Amino acid sequence: MPDHLLETPLCSWHEAHGGRMVDFAGWRMPVQYASIVEEHLATRQATGMFDVSHMGRLSVTGRDSLAWLDSLLTRRVAGQVRYTLVTSDEGTQGLSVLDDALVARESDAVDGSPRLSLVVNASNRGRVVAWLRGRLPTTDVVLTDHTRETAMIAVQGPLAVAIVTGLCLADDAARITALRNYHGTLATIANRPAAVSRTGYTGEDGVELVVTAADALAVWEAVLSAGSPLGLRACGLGARDTLRLEAGMPLYGHELLADSNPFAIGLGFAVNLNSIDGSPREFPGATALRRLQTQPAGNVRVGLLFDAKRAAREGAAVTRPGDATAEVGRITSGSYCPTLGAAAAMALVDRDAAQPGTVLDVMIRDAVCLARIVPLPFYRRPPAQT
Amino acid sequence: MAAELKFAKTHEWIRPEAGGLATVGISAYAVEALTDLVFMQLPNVGRKVKAGESIGEIESVKAVSDFYTPVSGEVVEVNTSLPNELETLGKDPFGAGWLVRIRPDDPAEMDGLLDATAYEALVKSQPH
Repeated sequence: MPDHLLETPLCSWHEAHGGRMVDFAGWRMPVQYASIVEEHLATRQATGMFDVSHMGRLSVTGRDSLAWLDSLLTRRVAGQVRYTLVTSDEGTQGLSVLDDALVARESDAVDGSPRLSLVVNASNRGRVVAWLRGRLPTTDVVLTDHTRETAMIAVQGPLAVAIVTGLCLADDAARITALRNYHGTLATIANRPAAVSRTGYTGEDGVELVVTAADALAVWEAVLSAGSPLGLRACGLGARDTLRLEAGMPLYGHELLADSNPFAIGLGFAVNLNSIDGSPREFPGATALRRLQTQPAGNVRVGLLFDAKRAAREGAAVTRPGDATAEVGRITSGSYCPTLGAAAAMALVDRDAAQPGTVLDVMIRDAVCLARIVPLPFYRRPPAQT
Repeated sequence: MAAELKFAKTHEWIRPEAGGLATVGISAYAVEALTDLVFMQLPNVGRKVKAGESIGEIESVKAVSDFYTPVSGEVVEVNTSLPNELETLGKDPFGAGWLVRIRPDDPAEMDGLLDATAYEALVKSQPH
C-alpha cells in the first residue's frame, strides 16, 4: 500500500480495532473489521456506523452562492438535501458527468446569505473542486473545501436515529427525530456540534453527521458506546458497498460514468431542465440533456438476481440465454448480497432485454450463470414501526 | 499445526498420505484472511496439474482468489462436499476442510516447500 495515503481523523481507531486497511481513492480506509456479512446484517437488523470522512465536503457561501451553484448543477438547489449530478458540456456529446453529489442549503449566515454544502465522491473531489473554482465569479461567492478539517460519520439502520438522539438534549433529539428523509439540521451530539442529515447509502433509515476533525473520535466513541448494547457495529467500506448494491444505488465509476446518459440509468430525477416557474434552466450540459431526454435510451440500468451465491463482477458479459455471442450488456457492480442470501448485480443492458422477468446468461469467469432481471432496488426496508 | 505438513508461499498446505498420495488444503491463516466465503470451485478428478498452477478458486464477498497446487501430479480425489459446506474450511482447515488429493509425479518436490516453522515466520512477516 502506498505510504502517502490520506488518513481520516478516525484512522488510528480503525487500525486499533482490527480494521483491514486498503487504499480507497487515495485514502487509507477500513474495508472490514471482521466479517463483511456480519457488518452488513448488523446494519439491516440493528445499526451500522461508517467512517465516510473520505467523501469530499465543500461549502459555498456568500450573497450570490445560491444563484451561482444553481447555475452549475443539474438539480435545483433547495432547502433540503438533494441528489444532483455535476456535469460539464465537454466531450463529443456535449455532456460529461463529473460526479454525483448531495447539495443542501445548510444554514444561513447572520447577514442572511446562504451557506450551501456539497458532498462529493472522494475519487472526484480534486477535479470537482478545480472545475468549480474555474467558474467562480469574482465577488460574493466563496468556495471552501472542508474535507480535511472535518469528519463524516454515517449511522445507518433501524435503531440509528434512536441511538444518535439518545446523545442529544431534548430539543435537538426531537428535531432530529422529526427530520424527514433528505432533510438536515444542526444539533449538539455528545456535547459536540454536528451537521445532521437524514441521508445515507445503505437503504436503511439513518443519519450522516459532519463534525470537526477534533471532535470525530469523541462522537464516534459516544455513538459506539450507546449503540453497542443494541447491536450497533462499526462497519467498513465492504459492507457499505454490499448495502448500497442491495439498495440499488448507483456508484460513480461503476453505474455512473463520465459518458452516461442519466435518463438511461434511472437518474432522470436528478435533472431539472426547468425552473420552478417553468422557464428553462441553463447549466453546463443542459443542451445535451434536453436532447437526451427526448431520445430513447440505449443501454439501461437493471438489477440481476442469481440463484446461487457466486457473484458476477464488474465487466462480466451479459448475453441472451444459450447464445454466448448475443451480448446485450455488461455487469457494472456485483456481489453476494447477505440480506438476499444470493448474488445480485447491476448491469447496463440493451433496453430490448431489460424487461423485469427476462432471463439472461452472465459469464462469470469460465462459467455461464443464469440471472433474472428484477426491479430495483433488490432490498427495500420494512416500514418504520411506530 | 502438524509437523508433517508442508506449505506453499501461496498458503496451501500439503500432507503425504499412504499409497504415494498427498492431501492439499489451504491454511487457517488464508481462510481467516479471506473471510465471508461464498463459493468454491474444485478441479476435476483426473486432471494433470503442474506445481504452482491454479487448480481452483475460492470466492469471498469481496474478492475471488485462485488456489494453487504445491506439486505436479494428477488429481485423484476432490472434497466434493466442501463447496456446500464452506464453513468447514474455517472450522477445520487442516482436516475436514481439505481440498484435493494428488498423486505427485515426484514426492521429492515436497522437500522444496516450507515447513511449519518457516511458514509461520512468513505469515508473521505479512501485514494483516
